[in-house]
Amino acid sequence: MKLRLFFDNLKPKFSKGGKFEKLSSTFEAFESFAFTPNTVTGGKVGGGYRGSHIRDAVDLKRTIITVVIALLPALLFGMWNIGYQHYMADDIMRVKMGGMFFIDHLLCFVFGFLRMLPIIAVSYIVGLGIEFLFAEIRHEEVSEGFIATGLIISMIVPVTVPLWQLALAVAFAVVIGKEVFGGSGYNFLNPALVARAFLFFSYPSHMSGDSVWIAADLWGTDAIAGATPMGILSSNTELSIFNCQFSIHDLIIGTIPGSTCETSVIAILMGAVLLLITGVASWRIMLSVVLGGGAMGLLFNAIGANEYMQIPFYYHYLMGGFAFGCVFMATDPVTATQTNKGKWIYGFLIGAFAVMLRVLNPAYPEGMMLAILLMNCFAPLIDHCVVAVNINHRKKRWSTAERRNV
Amino acid sequence: MKIFDLIKLPFNKNNPVTVQVLGICSCLAVTAQLKPAVVMALSVTVVVALANLIISLLRNTIPPRIRIIVQLVVVSTLVILVNQILMAFVYDVSKQLSVYVGLIITNCIVMGRLEAFAMSHKPMESLLDGIGNGLGYGVILVILGFVRELFGSGTLWGYPVMEKLGLYKIGYENNGFIIMAPMALILVGIIIWIQRSRNKDLCE
Repeated sequence: MKLRLFFDNLKPKFSKGGKFEKLSSTFEAFESFAFTPNTVTGGKVGGGYRGSHIRDAVDLKRTIITVVIALLPALLFGMWNIGYQHYMADDIMRVKMGGMFFIDHLLCFVFGFLRMLPIIAVSYIVGLGIEFLFAEIRHEEVSEGFIATGLIISMIVPVTVPLWQLALAVAFAVVIGKEVFGGSGYNFLNPALVARAFLFFSYPSHMSGDSVWIAADLWGTDAIAGATPMGILSSNTELSIFNCQFSIHDLIIGTIPGSTCETSVIAILMGAVLLLITGVASWRIMLSVVLGGGAMGLLFNAIGANEYMQIPFYYHYLMGGFAFGCVFMATDPVTATQTNKGKWIYGFLIGAFAVMLRVLNPAYPEGMMLAILLMNCFAPLIDHCVVAVNINHRKKRWSTAERRNV
Repeated sequence: MKIFDLIKLPFNKNNPVTVQVLGICSCLAVTAQLKPAVVMALSVTVVVALANLIISLLRNTIPPRIRIIVQLVVVSTLVILVNQILMAFVYDVSKQLSVYVGLIITNCIVMGRLEAFAMSHKPMESLLDGIGNGLGYGVILVILGFVRELFGSGTLWGYPVMEKLGLYKIGYENNGFIIMAPMALILVGIIIWIQRSRNKDLCE
């Protein structure tokens, strides 16, 4: 228990009146990272702080850690896939192997791990740095929320993203997307998606197109050309070309080019199962996103005006960020709707808008990010309407009951 | 109220954009570059100042029922004059500003100052108030224009700053988002944030 003693010795210095009083939030954060704090986020009764979006006995630390564990399968698969895509696409490599197709899975994983490491590090260092700074200025405790957000940000960017741009986007997301409104639990947009949207609109040449998804080297922003499934579909190529390039098997396993860790539907589903069993994420939202996407996909199938509309509706679940967004982003308890009926509406519209944007707007090959951000804005309105309708409904029931009694 | 305050207050405690939250539309529309922003700031200052002066001179003779239409006639006359002058001397900027010069007529700051100040104050005070508010609006416009042009296009008044600094060679890129209107609104929000954290009187 050397560590415990270490913290106990330091504590007086960081408490009120101590030498480093100004750094008390930082000290507090590291202490609760190392140990279970005596005061967990348990509600106002104990005088503690409570995440405004947590309506359960479980505390914020545990909720966030559950999400991080749920993200791990997708993260690990993503690392492997970065290397896999690299070695698959690298012609030099193939020649070196004597024209044989030989993939060393461990090599793939190590390559992807080394590519992902700086992205995750930048995301955490910048994001947590700003969080610590704000906590000190405001004399609050550092919130655990960014542990999940920071990881998610690194999982939804292209692997070749320039690190300074990523740092800028993370700073923007944490300051403008979250701290301006009061920190974790008060933001109305998903911070991870704010970061991605910032990158998408600021530096479109690094965020979309055909040559950002496959890393050319172990370091740097050079990429090997290789389009994502949706990139191919939205550039008016014929369906037959798409079909011979990507089998449904590839799409489900996730061995396709895409953002770092959002390609594998299976890995994401493993995370989804954990989130659903622990009750951290809402099954209503997940189900309704799937229903909404399916409904819109079927509608387009029925119209069938172009090649993209004719693609079977279930392909939309397997391509791009639909699965990842559905499981990890749409269900963010802070920015989603709070009422049960509201969750159905919210999720359904996310799915529907995502598929609609994909198919109808060639400027945005991936609609999931914009659909979730849009519905984040509408979530409070949906909740308000659901509550208002319920109040009116009960008023009406009350007045008819009154009349009957009279 | 001191005469000096009429010029000074719009720069801080009574800024038309960040405190009164007027004239946001043109703030977002014309500030993608510094030059049109400066021209717009000057145009609005001239229009507000002169309109304030004229309406203040007329204030006792305007029947209250038709005061808005009288104000509009005065403002639109001035706007047309400004527009003609811009077209004559800085045609390229006038092209860039396009419809927004004409839209000064509907700029809330102009009508706001006429209604709130010029209708009830003496000509000299009204003129100063107009100049103060025009410049207070102009300051925000210039800040936005400066930041947006520098980080959005990498230039300042058309001069390629970022290129001369050699930043492109080490991987720097212009930010496309900052050119778009939403980012201008976010920048206005950041200015308001900074101003309010420095000046506690403004916090509700």
